[in-house]
Amino acid sequence: MLTAIVLLPTAVAALLLCLPRSTPRLVLLGTWAGASATVLALALAVWAGYRTGEGIQYEANVRWIPSAGIGYHIGVDGLSLPLLALTGVLFLACAVHALRQTHRVREFVVLFLFLESTCLGLFVALDLILFFVFFDLSIVAMYFIIAGWGHAGAPRAAMKFFLYTFTGSLALLLGFIGLYLAAAPHTFDMVELARQNPLAGRSLYGGLVLLAVGVGLAVKTPTVPFHTWLPPAHTEAPAEGSAILAGVLLKMGTYGFLRIAMPLLPEAWRSYAPVFVVVGLISVLYGALVALAQTQFKRMIAYTSVNHMGYIILAIGAAATAGTDTADARRLAVTGATYQMVSHGLLTGALFLLAGVLYERGRTYDMDAYSGVAVRAPLFAALMGVAVFASLGLPGFSGFIAEFQILAGSLGPRPVATGLAVLGILLTAALLLRALQRMFMGPLRLPEAPGAARPFPDLRAHEGVAIVPLLVLAVVLGLTPRFLLDIIEPASRGVLELLAR
Amino acid sequence: MTGTTVMNENPLDLLPEVLLGASAVFGLLLGGWLPRHRQWIVAVVAAAACATGIVAAAVAATGESMTAFDGAFAVDPVTSTVRIVVLAGTLVVLALGFAPFRGDARESEFYVLVQLAALGTLMLAGAQDLLLLAAAYLLASIPAYTLAGFRKDGPGTEAALKYYVVGALLGVVLLAGITLMYAAGRATAYPALAEALPAAPEALVAVGLVGLLGGLLFKAGGVPGHFWVPDAVQGSAPPVAAFLATLPKAGALAALYRLVAVPLAGTDVPWPELIAVLAALSMTLGNFGAFFQTDVKRLLAYSTISQVGYLLMPIAATGGSEQAQPALLYYLAAYAVTNLGAFAVVCALPHAHTLDDYRGLLRRHPALVLSLIVCLLGLVGTPPTAVFLGKLEVFTAAVDGGFAWLAVVAAVNTVASLFYYLRWIRPAVSYGAPAKTRTPVRPAALLACTAAAASVALGIAGGPVLTILEGAPAR
Repeated sequence: MLTAIVLLPTAVAALLLCLPRSTPRLVLLGTWAGASATVLALALAVWAGYRTGEGIQYEANVRWIPSAGIGYHIGVDGLSLPLLALTGVLFLACAVHALRQTHRVREFVVLFLFLESTCLGLFVALDLILFFVFFDLSIVAMYFIIAGWGHAGAPRAAMKFFLYTFTGSLALLLGFIGLYLAAAPHTFDMVELARQNPLAGRSLYGGLVLLAVGVGLAVKTPTVPFHTWLPPAHTEAPAEGSAILAGVLLKMGTYGFLRIAMPLLPEAWRSYAPVFVVVGLISVLYGALVALAQTQFKRMIAYTSVNHMGYIILAIGAAATAGTDTADARRLAVTGATYQMVSHGLLTGALFLLAGVLYERGRTYDMDAYSGVAVRAPLFAALMGVAVFASLGLPGFSGFIAEFQILAGSLGPRPVATGLAVLGILLTAALLLRALQRMFMGPLRLPEAPGAARPFPDLRAHEGVAIVPLLVLAVVLGLTPRFLLDIIEPASRGVLELLAR
Repeated sequence: MTGTTVMNENPLDLLPEVLLGASAVFGLLLGGWLPRHRQWIVAVVAAAACATGIVAAAVAATGESMTAFDGAFAVDPVTSTVRIVVLAGTLVVLALGFAPFRGDARESEFYVLVQLAALGTLMLAGAQDLLLLAAAYLLASIPAYTLAGFRKDGPGTEAALKYYVVGALLGVVLLAGITLMYAAGRATAYPALAEALPAAPEALVAVGLVGLLGGLLFKAGGVPGHFWVPDAVQGSAPPVAAFLATLPKAGALAALYRLVAVPLAGTDVPWPELIAVLAALSMTLGNFGAFFQTDVKRLLAYSTISQVGYLLMPIAATGGSEQAQPALLYYLAAYAVTNLGAFAVVCALPHAHTLDDYRGLLRRHPALVLSLIVCLLGLVGTPPTAVFLGKLEVFTAAVDGGFAWLAVVAAVNTVASLFYYLRWIRPAVSYGAPAKTRTPVRPAALLACTAAAASVALGIAGGPVLTILEGAPAR
């Protein structure tokens, strides 16, 4: 089942490559949307069949390269299932949003389908090398998307993105090799490694492995100081690319922390947790402050991603703090971190797609070029308002549930850092509201960039169909979080049990 | 060595080598008789010899490890792998050379020289005796010098001259090294050396080893014997460049592995450290050289220098990790497939010399450019291509063997190498008008696609292959 989900987009991509060159644009884009919808439907079917709290399900474990300790081991649990569904939702939204794409459509669709496979595969992988394979392939696919369909500075940004994240992936690989060699018998299987806890009692070795794994995942997440690839990559990528990059690819890093770093390196994680708390806090504050200084809308959103990912790092760092009295708090923090991944995926995805709408109309992301847009495009302004308020963590939206849990959970174990991190919420609220005000209120002013459409038409149907469900989901998750929390909570308890060894 | 080794002088144990040699001699005679438009028959004979050789090698690989000719030549997993890799690679080179040399005045000579150089490489891989090693070195080198200058043009002559001068110098160094080893161990056979060297003066063995390393690293194209690589690869015809940059490595590195695994294993000479440092230098210098190359062949030439660095990692870890041998052999096979694929693309577009000439080619020749992307990203070590698994294996062997710092250096170098491979990929996938619109050479393009597919297939099906590559080297 999971294998089918993972391979389906790639299989469709291969089919599309075989179609003649004269295939109409809409057939290609329609196939993409159809394939993504099927993937989402299958992911929901998996969700429906998932029995809460019974660990890894839909498992498949096939021998692949036994002499190197590599197996094809996949499965889902409460950590990966929400992300699997999120991937399905976001890719479907991007497929719908891209219906107007005219530039080299076939390659575009094929790359996105391939990228979807790698994202899905990463979230179900239970073998370190399998994880790494999908991790690396997602970089390759995203590189070509940014380089091929980005804005003017795309080649440079794509190169920077590739070099940075590839460096991270190799650090990750070295860490994996360290884990592999420590285990007896040597294996890359995550479940087996979690059971063995091979680095118990070897603090230096464990520290080095955690350093390698931590750097690798921190680059992908990204946290300060490894975040510098993110703003150019986001700014130059096409709207769909940014949405996937922020919505799904960034989650690979944070998911890796929860899936690999914490359960497989419990001792090292506990000893170095303060580092993660500090890094998380700095990411929260620095991301917000730099976002405040941006004049470009898309760059600003990119920096708020650094801020939002910072909360996750803070939470998982705080969760490692020793003490029996804080057990519930720590579980809250881990659950909140997972919830934040889903919530951020939906909201940033929506924000970047909205940014794409903005660019399509005005040919610039410069916030000063726009003013009073709400008059011309009320629907667009309304959706932007919803997305912005949801993103700054207003109650009633998914972001509130996530941030509340993170902060409430982290406050007990790490009061000072959490207290400071709350300032980040204030900052993001300020900067997002300021952006909203600058662009949508006041007298009407539209950019006069070459190629810009003067009338600034309101949201088109396909754009609305792509964006509205993301926001609706964010509201649903904000009002009735229980159905998702029921899935996540047992898994976070499991992670903390592994961490406590 | 088991006590009951019988004197074995059965030429059938060397069937692939014998076939190749016989086919070369036969081809030379045949070439003298055939009219110019029928010289392709020599290529057919050569291809048949290679194909039969592969079958014979595969059959031999299923048998027990053994030595032939009084222990001078080993038939074990190392030899078998190199045999299959080199013979298959030779087939590819013959196919790549078929179109450009068709009707050439010296067509049959090309096939014969390729076969002789390949034969030398095979002998290098199996040599268990320093004197045989010297003979194999010369047999592998001399036809290769000629091949480098085969086109008789300016760059070709320069290529051949540089190649020859460096090769002759380091050949003498190799012979000096052999002399010192002989002086230290009073024997040239590896098993005897393995017993004698631990008791020999360490300095003598060390200097001897340095001499041997000089010769073997020249063949492998690694630091410090790498000076010929960029000029020889750039100056020679594309099929010859494909040969020079890929296949001799297999023989030289197998020979080096054998040397450290048997005679040097028990000595106190710090060869692992020495080889580790050479590995780091090789990958770093190769990368530095490749950074701003604009000529595709020169870029690939520097990339092969850096690849030798990765190939030296498992050799450095030979004493400390059981994974060293499968890692080395697997990486060799993976590298040969991938690098030949990249060169096949170069052969398919003989008029595209610079990176700029590849601009906008994706639209015109999608399959060819996709193969190029797969091969180049494969050389970086992107999964699921074969070199990724090879890199994983050599990194693991290095960390396991106590060279974690080398694995870190290699990882950093891998990122650096990504930069120049992307410099090639980027124009190829860009959305510009193609610089030159000529049709690609069809067989080469087909080979490029096949190699790219094989590289991915070998990566995914690496499990059974790795199992085959285990098994101690014969003594």
